[in-house]
Amino acid sequence: MMGSRGTSVVLSRAARMRQKLQSALEASALDIEDVSYQHAGHAAVKDNANETHFNIKVISPKFEGQNLVKRHRMVYDLLTDELNSGLHAISIVAKTPTESGS
Amino acid sequence: MARLVSSSLVRGLVRSCRAPSTAENPVIIFMKGYPEAPRCGFSALAVKVLQQYGVSITARDILTNMKLKESVKAYSNWPTFPQIFINGEFVGGSDIILSMHQKGELKGLLGDSAQKGEQDSAQ
Repeated sequence: MMGSRGTSVVLSRAARMRQKLQSALEASALDIEDVSYQHAGHAAVKDNANETHFNIKVISPKFEGQNLVKRHRMVYDLLTDELNSGLHAISIVAKTPTESGS
Repeated sequence: MARLVSSSLVRGLVRSCRAPSTAENPVIIFMKGYPEAPRCGFSALAVKVLQQYGVSITARDILTNMKLKESVKAYSNWPTFPQIFINGEFVGGSDIILSMHQKGELKGLLGDSAQKGEQDSAQ
């Protein structure tokens, strides 16, 4: 769980998220878009906070047979550290390769 | 101790919405702000989707109640808001509500209360 923490210090949150999702979900496509600017001045966002809101689009064979709640939970579970360190919200589109038609 | 008290509060709130025969109060949303004044785009979106069905919505603002916020997160094991419960069951956040709406799955879940709402709003 706490294995390769050393490298994450120098990476942006987006890069860390990409690493975690890509390897665990074996994603065939992964889009991570930082939309924090849309939420600047947002009620729960403290001054100068960045990388707080992201749109994530992920296609993974691991979503096969899982409903949306389970798919979102899989993504949230992988991003627990980020959610505990200032990541406020992510919009998730989680599809299987079959559903995405690729 | 405070945690226990408010987690039973959450359970109570969610349970109070479990009324399948009358469907008086099927939907509860824990959100940022209130339906009339959402304080986050995702909460606003979820409310907007649910309002299409004309159902009565019970809303609780988690920004003004940190204890409630933490209790709801622990109860559903879901880290973000909004969180929507229908007939006492956790349904998901704004992405899932929107997706279910687009796929036509929400109507079935809301059942009689949705139809009633549609009739009401058609009058």
